[in-house]
Amino acid sequence: MIEFQDIRKSYRVSKRESGLGNAVKSFFKRDYTLIEAIKGISFSIDDGEMVGYIGPNGAGKSTTIKILSGILMPDGGTCVVNGQVPWKDRKEYVRQIGVVFGQRSQLWWDIPVIDSFELLKSIYAIPSAAYRGKLDELTGLLHLEELLKTPTRQLSLGQRMRCELAASLLHDPKLLFLDEPTIGLDAVSKIAVRDFIRKLNEEHKTTVILTTHDMQDIEAITNRVILIGRGQKLMDGTLNDLRAEAASMEAETGTADSENEESDLDHMIAHLYAKLNIM
Amino acid sequence: MKKYYSFFKLRFATGLQYRMASVTALTTQLIWGLMECLLYKAVAEATDGRIPMDYSSIVTYIWLKESLYVLFNTWAMDNDLFAMITSGDIAYELCRPLSVYSMWFSRMTGARISEAFLRCIPVTVCAFLMPKPYRMTLPVNGAAFLFFLLTLFLALGITITFCMLVYMLCLFTVSPQGWRMVLTGAVEFLSGNVIPLPFFPKKYLFLVELSPFAYMQNVPFRIYSGDLAGAAMYPYIIKQVIWLAALMSAGIVIWKLAEKRIVVQGG
Repeated sequence: MIEFQDIRKSYRVSKRESGLGNAVKSFFKRDYTLIEAIKGISFSIDDGEMVGYIGPNGAGKSTTIKILSGILMPDGGTCVVNGQVPWKDRKEYVRQIGVVFGQRSQLWWDIPVIDSFELLKSIYAIPSAAYRGKLDELTGLLHLEELLKTPTRQLSLGQRMRCELAASLLHDPKLLFLDEPTIGLDAVSKIAVRDFIRKLNEEHKTTVILTTHDMQDIEAITNRVILIGRGQKLMDGTLNDLRAEAASMEAETGTADSENEESDLDHMIAHLYAKLNIM
Repeated sequence: MKKYYSFFKLRFATGLQYRMASVTALTTQLIWGLMECLLYKAVAEATDGRIPMDYSSIVTYIWLKESLYVLFNTWAMDNDLFAMITSGDIAYELCRPLSVYSMWFSRMTGARISEAFLRCIPVTVCAFLMPKPYRMTLPVNGAAFLFFLLTLFLALGITITFCMLVYMLCLFTVSPQGWRMVLTGAVEFLSGNVIPLPFFPKKYLFLVELSPFAYMQNVPFRIYSGDLAGAAMYPYIIKQVIWLAALMSAGIVIWKLAEKRIVVQGG
């Protein structure tokens, strides 16, 4: 159970005009602007839900994931996950979550993947029997047999992402946060990742929160979509609700035509972003 | 404890992966060591032997320094850690049920010991096979050897906690280069890595001994070579323990401060 209440987070961003003169000036005096990444977002997610968290670049998706994983401390608001506040007792809290950052790696670069897994086993103090069982299960589902003995640096991106997923699940977390897990993957790997996440949720009732720009991920995996833009929550419902909303918006403004109704998900989302003026 | 041992073990195994580095290091260290031996020979002859350390002590000091080089060098820090800080991969470290300070501490200890382990054996063997005046000697007695081992570990601890301090400070700046250059350059010279500390003029030596740098490799190497013995050792050992505790506490305090204000940038 995730309760996310009126969370706010802003970043200090240093700004200056171009040119040498301004560079010298900024050496002595920096101008900072406060960028509000999240302006009071609230939602609650039940156990076993699979939620897609979407929005344009810079909407605050990753910030939300980082707050949920205890990495960032918000400026205000409350967040309670299974009775714990993520950033309060970080070390205790993170035992129950698994996180995958699609653009980062948690595997040691020069050594075989299995060595990184063994390290995670002792970091999370996973009992040997449980570890073996989980490893076998994940190896089967993600087809890792061949990859485990290979050093990370020699894996393709798709292979590495499968290993990253496995690494995040070895300690059998109740919650899984995925920040763009399919970024840069080919069609086959994307499908493998999606199938795996679905199976994981069916078998273990793992709660999954997924951020992505790939609308097919959303369609294939999630049963609920939260749309954010400019740091605010704009919609919360099923993908069909989203479709209906987009259609009614188009009807209102009179731009609806037969072609648009048949257009694919990406077009629909692009329209929606444009209509909501969040690009 | 087992968790931290795993970090140590994994980093040890990673170190064993870099075989070529060990081979090339061997040649560098032998040639450099020999050059230094010749240099001090010239100094000893030019001053009619009026040098602050015994020549044979200097030779042994030099060979110890070369064979255990990677234990104490501060400029070659773990680049993976700097990469984690600048790239934001530290995000994953923050999702672990352990303190980042302890994870990195164990990791660095593993790295240093694994690399030193590979290099010290061949360099030491060669140093014992050198022609007479340039030959490394055995420790003066068994007790000196035990004190050498004890102070060696304390010195390693001080070096690592010092490096940890540099990592922690890098969490506050965009680029780690600045901190590294200033601090590691200073350590290199003040820890006796360039010139053994007894060669420093008295009043400067007094200042150096107020800093933690005098308690790194300076202490174990001088105990082994017999330059530091008996009651003179004890104040050094006590100060080693104090500096180790002080640097570690400072590092942990800075980490606690950093932990609250870390911003992992980018998507």
